[in-house]
Order: sequence, then C-alpha cells, then structure tokens
Amino acid sequence: MSPIRLAINGRSYTVDTDPQTSLLTVLRDHLDLTGSKYGCGEGQCGACTVLIDGKATRSCITRVGAIGQREITTIEGLAAGDQLHPVQAAFLDAGAMQCAYCTSGMIMSAVALLKRNPQPNPNEIVDFMDGNVCRCGTYPRIVTAIQKAAKVMSQSANVKGVGR
Amino acid sequence: MSSNRIEPLKLEPERYELKAAPPYRFDLDRRDFFKFLGAGVLVVSVLKPAVVAQESGGGSRRRGESLPPEIDAWLHIGEDGKITVYTGKVEVGQNIRTSLTQAVSEELHIPIEKIDLVMGDTQLTPFDMGTFGSRTTPTMNLQLRKVAAAAREALIGLAATQWNTDRQHLVAAEGKIADSRSNRLIAYGTLAKGQQLTQTVASDEALIPPANWKVAGQSVSKVDGRDFVTGAHKYPSDQKLPDMLYGQVVRPAAFGATLTSLDSQKTEQMGAVVVHDGDFVGVAAPTQELAKSAHAAVHAEWKSEPQPSHKELFDFLRKNTTQGTDPTGDGDRHDVGSVDQAFASADHKLQQTYTVSYIAHVPLEPRAALAKWDGDSLTVWTGTQRPFGVRGQLAEAFHLPEDKVRVFMPDTGSGYGGKHTGETAIEAARLAKAARRPVKVVWTREEEFTWAYFRPAGVIDVTSAARKGGTITAWEFHNYNSGSAGILTYYDIPNQRIIFHSVKSPLRQGSYRALAATANHFARESHMDELAHLVKMDPLAFRLKNLKDERLRAVFEAAAKKFGWGGSKSAGHGFGMGGGYEKLGNVATFAEVNVDRKTGEVKVVRVVSAFECGAIVNPDGLRNQIEGSNVQGLGGALFEAIEFENGKVLNGRLSQYRVPRFSDVPALETVLLDRKDIPSVGAGECPMIGLAPAIANAIFDATGLRLRSLPLVPNGLKAT
Repeated sequence: MSPIRLAINGRSYTVDTDPQTSLLTVLRDHLDLTGSKYGCGEGQCGACTVLIDGKATRSCITRVGAIGQREITTIEGLAAGDQLHPVQAAFLDAGAMQCAYCTSGMIMSAVALLKRNPQPNPNEIVDFMDGNVCRCGTYPRIVTAIQKAAKVMSQSANVKGVGR
Repeated sequence: MSSNRIEPLKLEPERYELKAAPPYRFDLDRRDFFKFLGAGVLVVSVLKPAVVAQESGGGSRRRGESLPPEIDAWLHIGEDGKITVYTGKVEVGQNIRTSLTQAVSEELHIPIEKIDLVMGDTQLTPFDMGTFGSRTTPTMNLQLRKVAAAAREALIGLAATQWNTDRQHLVAAEGKIADSRSNRLIAYGTLAKGQQLTQTVASDEALIPPANWKVAGQSVSKVDGRDFVTGAHKYPSDQKLPDMLYGQVVRPAAFGATLTSLDSQKTEQMGAVVVHDGDFVGVAAPTQELAKSAHAAVHAEWKSEPQPSHKELFDFLRKNTTQGTDPTGDGDRHDVGSVDQAFASADHKLQQTYTVSYIAHVPLEPRAALAKWDGDSLTVWTGTQRPFGVRGQLAEAFHLPEDKVRVFMPDTGSGYGGKHTGETAIEAARLAKAARRPVKVVWTREEEFTWAYFRPAGVIDVTSAARKGGTITAWEFHNYNSGSAGILTYYDIPNQRIIFHSVKSPLRQGSYRALAATANHFARESHMDELAHLVKMDPLAFRLKNLKDERLRAVFEAAAKKFGWGGSKSAGHGFGMGGGYEKLGNVATFAEVNVDRKTGEVKVVRVVSAFECGAIVNPDGLRNQIEGSNVQGLGGALFEAIEFENGKVLNGRLSQYRVPRFSDVPALETVLLDRKDIPSVGAGECPMIGLAPAIANAIFDATGLRLRSLPLVPNGLKAT
C-alpha cells in the first residue's frame, strides 16, 4: 500500500489504501465525502456518480488507483460557496426529489450531460440519464429540472458572452 | 341465518407486521421537560385510548398489548422564539417533514423557517407505532394542527395577561401577538421568556378550516431540500463515529439454513473481530476494505432443506393454506346474501384466476445501522419506519429494558413499507458489543434483495354473475396469501363471499406500499373489465352502473374526461382503466399502451390519474406522490418478480432485477379533486392501486390478449 494522491473538488488529498479500493469507498469512508451514495455496487443505479474530468463516472466500480491526477468533482464541490449550481437550484425548484438518496448522483449526471449537450431535448435527457435509478419515481420532475437548468445556464452563458 | 350474515373483515393495517413491542409509557413530569428543553411554553397532545387502539390496528388487538392514553406530539416555544415540534413519525421521502411543518405554520401563524421538527428519536419523541398505512396525514397532521392551535391560544393568553387586556382583541400573526386596538406587538419568544407554562390540547381545539388555509394547502418545497442537493444530509448509511468499525454479516447459504461448521482462524489473524453466536456469524474491522477481506476469509458450512421455487409458487400457495384446502374455509371472510343462489340463476357467469409475484422494495438506500454501547446502554442510528418497534426488538435481542435503548432515525433513503424491522440494528449492535467499539453495518444490494422481506405473492380466484343488462348479482373472491387490504368490493353487489386464506409463505414477506390492495385491485378491476366485455358494455359505463359511491364515481369520471375515454387511438394502442378506494383515498387510473407484436415491446405511453384524499395539504407534494406511485407501480405491473429456488434468490442484483427507469416512464397527468369539506388523508399508497389493472386492460384492448399475472410482460409480448 502506498499513498495515493487525488484531486477532488479543487483540493489535493492523500489516502493510504489499496489501489483496488473503489473510489466510492475512499470518498465516503476515508474522506467523509458522503454525498456520493452506495446503491448497487455494480454501476447499475448511478447513486455514486461523480465527475472525472467532467465525465459522469460510477465511483463504485472505479478503482482509486486508476484515476491518477484527473480532476474529481463530487456533489460537495458543485456549489460555489453559498451559490448553488444551476442544476442544484433547478432540482429544488422542480421538487425533483422525494427521499433524495439518488439526488446527488442525478445532479452529477445532469451536470455532465449539460456540459456535453447544453440544450438537450427530453429524449436526449432520458437516454443520457437512463443509468440513474430513482425508486421514488421522480423521473419526470428530474427531466423538467434538467431543462430548467439548461435554460438558466444558457442565459447566463449568453450574458457572459455579451460582456466579453 | 348465514345468508344474511355480514361479517366484516378485520381492519388490517399491516397483516404481516411484526408484533410491536410493548409501548413505552411516557411519564409526564413537566418539570423534567423544562429541564431538558429550557424555559418556554410547552403544549402536549394526549390521545384518547380509542384513538390509540385504532392506530395500533383496530379490533385485532394482539396479546400482551395494552396501549395507555398516550402523548403523541408536543411542541415547545423557546425563549429565542424557536419552535420545536416532536413527533415519532419519520421521513422516508414522502415529504411529511414538509407537510407537517406546514400544518404547524398554519395554525401557529409563524413562518416555516422558524419551525424545527424532531422526528423518530425514541428518546426525544413520544411513542409512535410507526410510519405506515398512510396514517401520518389523517392523524399526525391533525394532531399537530391541534397542538399548534393550542400553542397559539396559550400565547394569546400570555399576551393578554402581560398587557392586562381582553384576549378577544389579540391576534397571532408572523410569530407575534398583536393588539388590534393599538400598535402593540410582542414576539412569541419574548412571551415565552422565563415561562414554564404547559398546556394540554383540548378535544375541541378551534382549527382553521381548510378553505381558509394560507400555508397549508399550498405547494411548499422540501423544507430542508438544500441539504439534499448539496449532499450535506447524513442518511443512516452516512453516519460515523470516532473509532467506528465496519461490520459485515456472514449469510447462510439458503433461507432457513443452519450452521454446521465454521473456520474463522484466518479472519482473526487479519485483525478483524469475529462474532459467532448461534447461527449469527459476523466480522468487524477498522476499514470497509478489511471487513470485506475478513468476511471473504470466513469459511462457513450450512445445512439447508429443499424448498419450493418460483416456478411452482402459485400451486404451492393454493395447496398450503393454514386452514386447509376448502376454498370456502374459515379464513377471514365477508359474506352478504347468498352467492350460491345468485350463481344458479345468473344470465352470465365468469370465473378467472389472477396471480401476483413476490417483489422486492429495492429502497435505493439499503438497510443500514450504526450501533454504540455505553456500558449497558445502547444507541442505534438506523433507517426504519418503526423506530419504536426496532427499539423493542433490540431490547428483546439483548435482554435490556427499553429505556436502555435509544433508536434514532435520520431521514432515510426510502422504505416503501420495506423498512419496518430492525435486523441491521441488531447485527450492528451485536458486533459492537463484541468489539467494544461502535460498529456500522450497511447491507449490500444483494443482501437487501435476499435478507429483507418481500411483498407477498398471491393467487386470487374470482367468480361473478351478472344479469343481461349488466347488473352484477354475485361476487365470490378468494385471496390466497397476498393479504386482505383492499379485498372488499366497492361495487354494489347484493351477494358476496370474500375470503382471505392465509398461507405458510415460502419466502419471508411483509409490508409493501399499498399492501395487498395492489393485488386485490388488479384482480377485481381486471375481472370488471372481463365482465364488461362479457355483457357487451363499455367498461366505464359498466363500472358506473354498478357503483354508487359518489367519491369513487367522481374520480372515475374526472379521469375519463381528462384521458379522453372513448376517443380514437392509433394502431397497436389500447386504453384501459382501474381504480378504487384504499387507505381512505379514492383513485382512478387510465392508461394507454402501445404494443409492438413484432419486437414484443409493451410501452405504457400515457397515464392519467384522478385522485381525491379530502382537503389537500400540499398540492405539489401530492402530485409528486401520485407520479411516484405510478412510476414505481410500473415495475410490479410490467416486469418485477423475485425468482427463487431452494431458499436462494436467483436475481438479487440490480443487473438482474429490472426496476423502472427514465425510459419506462409514460406521460403522466394528474387530476386532483380537492375536497375541502372532507378531512385530509394520506396519499403515499392509494394512487398506486389502479395502475396494474389499467395497463392489463389496455393490453387486452390493444391485442385481445388477457393477461392475468403480475408482472404482466416480463419478457415482452411477441406474437407467436
């Protein structure tokens, strides 16, 4: 076991663990970043989703030794201080949760989607998000939330664009 | 004379509920309350014994259970103006933390942000049977409104005394008492300062009528929603303590297996704690990685007996009733008139059998518990719908008095009726006892699929008779095993024989959202469709002809209108409906399906639900529950089933057990009928019951194929 360095939410961490350990276990147990959830342990539910270099990644089946210095973003790193990320705000606004155990994974997947496709139509949202399970069944609200977030993000991008 | 005998089935909140522990008697020493809470105003609600009995399961009182008059909620107004409300109910995603807060805000005239609800902590909250049966809104919401109204009146009384004026001139608003004749204002906190005032809720507390609600009745988003979208909320599985170990249990090779040999030498060499106590074997280690390796290093051998498989399930259920195989036998029954005479003289007679499979709850957060001992006192954080029930189980397992056990339930990653029991709590506590350190146990998904309990499977035989014009004259209904919730028919039928037959279930079974109402409505509403076709009537007209209940007629009519019943549909599409009455709510669900006989794909394209649950407390929260019921209900209706053989679950992983996903979701439309003249009731369960029959009936409409087993199309519906 040699120390493993990880770049998470703009900070550098060193953990002492077997490189085969899952990123989810490291986040939750070693670093107390418990916003990422265990749901199935086989990449089937998306509750553990984090971003690695902006790409939605199932942390429960990602070995911590295989990440290197790529930038990891978890739900804890999404808001800028008190300012929620537009996707977080849109989930609140659309009431897109019940027990909310899936919510952090849903939000991380949605952020990855909007990075790749800033204006997804409902079918594209469904296709991209199909690996994330919400057992409470709030899927239609999540689709609405992602559309709302896309709108807000494109407006703010336009405002920024004008300023440049 | 037996032909006119009306013997209603026992009210059945939870047939398969584990026996509740003897309830804790809350000693009401008010000075102790203030020592604990600080000075202020305290209001308590004391339930009448009759209400307590009803909450515990009505007529079916269990042995050794005598519920005393009980405090069921209390509210404290602190010197800082902070309102703290204590209730034994718990939050599992039904958003009752929000709707209960609205109730308090409404009656107490104080903004939602000033209210803090302490829920499901056995040390701090009054005893509660549990959060199930859609009881929170009809009972706790009402109690908290009364408690808050009493608090409001107490504050007005304090202000009247302080100002030496008549209370009739004083009003409460925005957390202050105001004198309408002057500009005097005083904040609740200021009034509470230095007080040790207690007030008991009167039975006739003046409540604000729903028509005048300002905060209740509105859509309010999840009160602590921000904690969930930022990942800050700590679920049971997120709990942590210094020096905590991670525990894992070594599971038997099959249900009912007994341990024949154990070799844990390697495990102990790895530095893990090993516990072997009877058939319980578990390990605990400082990291999850080590616990996993230690668990893998335990060598255990088990002896198990041959057991039935899912392939022979329905035969097994029919042949293994606890009261013998006589189909008219002495199960729980309901008889009206004479079905035998009516069948003998019927124009039309129809007999069919319907089945439902075992399904799993699959709460996204598996069972989890963190246990900590201080001497002989035990504290457990766990996700359960029955914190007081789990406390009783822990006390029993460890031979402790209940006041030595504290169970704390952080808002949990859902339950759907699947988290009523305390196995994880007991496992963590057993390991912690041996390790002399706190231990956390989080079940894997495979454990959750195997060692939790299932929604009961069932076989339902229905025989009916009708006259030529479409009047139903007789109804005989036998349910084997799945339960008697929703078993009685709401159609107006003069001759009925309805019997629940209990069976020794081959799998461990328990509560599931809407209980047996899903199975019983599937059978009844499918059969109604079949009968409508037999008498050559439109299924909606046939139902309405045989239905007098106004509230139920109203939801059928509202849903039919919104859906466009009788309208045109594309090729391969079909329309169907199902509806009923359960947990005091009324629902009608209409579905449109598209069946592609070439690919076999059955797609539910549109669902319209009309729902009525009295005065609506939170319209958006209600819509969320109805949508969620329909989405979750899709799984049990279309493809979810537990496969098992010889005491083993064969599809106990999410990659093997299909649950509804984004791409399964139809367009969902919801019609809310707001009856401000009828007390509010719950909505977490009833909206689910109409969906499966609506889909089955729509599949028949599209294809002419009558499917009578849930799940309906686990492998699609290819033309053969």
